[in-house]
Amino acid sequence: MPEKIIESFNIKRLEVLDEKGDADASLMPPLSDDEIKKMYELLILSRTFDRYALNLQREGRLGTYASILGQEASQIGSAFAVENTDWIFPSFREMGVYLTAGFPPYKLFQYWSGDERGITPPDNLNIFPVCVPVGTQIPHATGAAMAAVYRGDKTAVLAYFGDGGTSKGDFHEGLNIAGVFRLPVIFICQNNQWAISVPRERQTASKTLAQKAMAYGFEGLQVDGNDIFAVYKATRDALKKARQGEGPTLIECFTYRMSDHTTADDATRYRSMEEVEQWKQKDPALRLKLFLEKKGLWTEAYQKKIEEESKTIIEDAVKKEEAIQPPQPKDMFTYTYEKLSQRQSRQIKDF
Amino acid sequence: MPTLNMVQALNLALREEMQRDQDVVLLGEDVGKDGGVFRITEGLHDLFGSRRVLDTPLSESGIAGVSIGMAVYGLKPVAEIQFMGFIYSAMEQLFCHAARIRSRSRGRFTCPIVIRTPYGAGIKAPELHEESAEALFCHMPGVKVVVPSTPYIAKGLLISSIRDPDPVIFLEPARLYRLIKEDVPEGEYTIPLGKARIVQEGNAVTVLAWGSMLQRVLQAAGAADCEIIDLMTLNPFDEETIFKSVKKTGRVVIVHEAPRTCGFGAELSASIAEDAMLYLKAPIIRVTGYDAVMPLAKLEDYYIPDVEKIKRAVNEVLKYY
Repeated sequence: MPEKIIESFNIKRLEVLDEKGDADASLMPPLSDDEIKKMYELLILSRTFDRYALNLQREGRLGTYASILGQEASQIGSAFAVENTDWIFPSFREMGVYLTAGFPPYKLFQYWSGDERGITPPDNLNIFPVCVPVGTQIPHATGAAMAAVYRGDKTAVLAYFGDGGTSKGDFHEGLNIAGVFRLPVIFICQNNQWAISVPRERQTASKTLAQKAMAYGFEGLQVDGNDIFAVYKATRDALKKARQGEGPTLIECFTYRMSDHTTADDATRYRSMEEVEQWKQKDPALRLKLFLEKKGLWTEAYQKKIEEESKTIIEDAVKKEEAIQPPQPKDMFTYTYEKLSQRQSRQIKDF
Repeated sequence: MPTLNMVQALNLALREEMQRDQDVVLLGEDVGKDGGVFRITEGLHDLFGSRRVLDTPLSESGIAGVSIGMAVYGLKPVAEIQFMGFIYSAMEQLFCHAARIRSRSRGRFTCPIVIRTPYGAGIKAPELHEESAEALFCHMPGVKVVVPSTPYIAKGLLISSIRDPDPVIFLEPARLYRLIKEDVPEGEYTIPLGKARIVQEGNAVTVLAWGSMLQRVLQAAGAADCEIIDLMTLNPFDEETIFKSVKKTGRVVIVHEAPRTCGFGAELSASIAEDAMLYLKAPIIRVTGYDAVMPLAKLEDYYIPDVEKIKRAVNEVLKYY
């Protein structure tokens, strides 16, 4: 019997907006000028949040923090496509996603300063608390999508993780089950090239991370993760597909972690400055600014205005956060179970 | 009133809860058409369909993780892990997430899942099919650990576990599945979590046990003046009932199948020493499995505490006045 090819695949890479700020009109998603400006403003806001968080950490006013610098287009572009009823399961480097979803910035500072109350989302948002163990939030997204289908809701679910997360067993289990049940879940992989000190090519021998979706029987594509329009378009298309019952999508956002892994890390120990410099040319904010300028939507005055506004929002958030009374020690017990156990009832008397 | 074994009682509990509450769904390996390898879910797929009884891929961490996602969305998933030895690959999901979601989100999200799994020795099964790892879960605040000891108790505890707003690890002693039959009423009754029951009142020795060891304790000490307590919930456990009994008897024997070191008996023993030491007349004695890997069938009877060992321990503490 002759051998024959029984399966083959192609992986698409999507780019809409280039480094010079020119967009491919045939691929440009339908966004009004106001929406594009809103995206840019969220990008500046997220970057401002990030800068302040790093400074506050250095001053000892925040704990260890994971910077999002360089990944803003991946985060805002994807979260901008989401409906309020959708669910989001982030990892720990998604402050741009939280801010785009409408999470109050003062609460994010509260969380990073070491107060669990900060990461409790407002009642109208279904964005899950930060997930620390890498990749373990992926099956939760699959489960929430399964529940949404069970209830007959038109809800879709997004899971965020990085290139390192794709090496974890829960990536496999979460995507595999999502594929088997054709669930309305979108897996957003921000491939920022580094898992602390381990480069992308040491995570997997696969040429792309997107192609891993093929093994689970659904579409995977790579997008330029520093191109906010490409990320938005891919997410929007995947959400539409999900809502129509056509199953999951894996989107690999090809981006770069411009900062250290966290404030406790020093990236100069393991990667070259040349590499970082090269990625500076691909900055997601710069190319969106150039795009707006070419469309006549950007002026120096506009830039100054939105930077001032962002600064005011973030400084107000810091003030608000620092005025919050610290949590009560009793809270440690209150939220372990719905009711205190016999033993907890005795232990809580220490406070 | 029907006379049922534990398999039938658990099946009845699942059926009644699924009829009562549309949010209850079952998932796991072979729980659908096959009805589960021990037949706990037999007939439920036919009755409720594949929408509510989900055969999943072979994926323990995925089953636990997906259950967590379903629960935070608002459903009440009851997942089966086929044998306790396979729960180890789901530990990260249970410890890092199920146990912590209420706390991490300060009550905004909760995780009302039930993870059912057969546990314990005595069924002549392959390696890792007879584990007694209950103590691991008792060390994790945020999860509850429940162990039934009879068909009647099993039904009541499972209903309570499904209705509980927190994650429950529900450990089903595999050796008891078809060993005992008793009257199990149809319709609703619950047995509260976090409460022990006094199976036999007595004044001379308090004997603490749970799950499959309870039957052996009854054989060994049923005729003696022993107060036999079935813990039923190990985490959080009912220290009030235990202390009250110990203060009355002054003698304690703790029986479990799991290895001795850091077994749940160690916690009970330490708790009694802290709170009731001055009432003790004798050293606390533990009758447990050995600090050795659970052996295969030919050696398992040497490993599991037997009636003789329990009798010897009771006689030993009775030597002290």
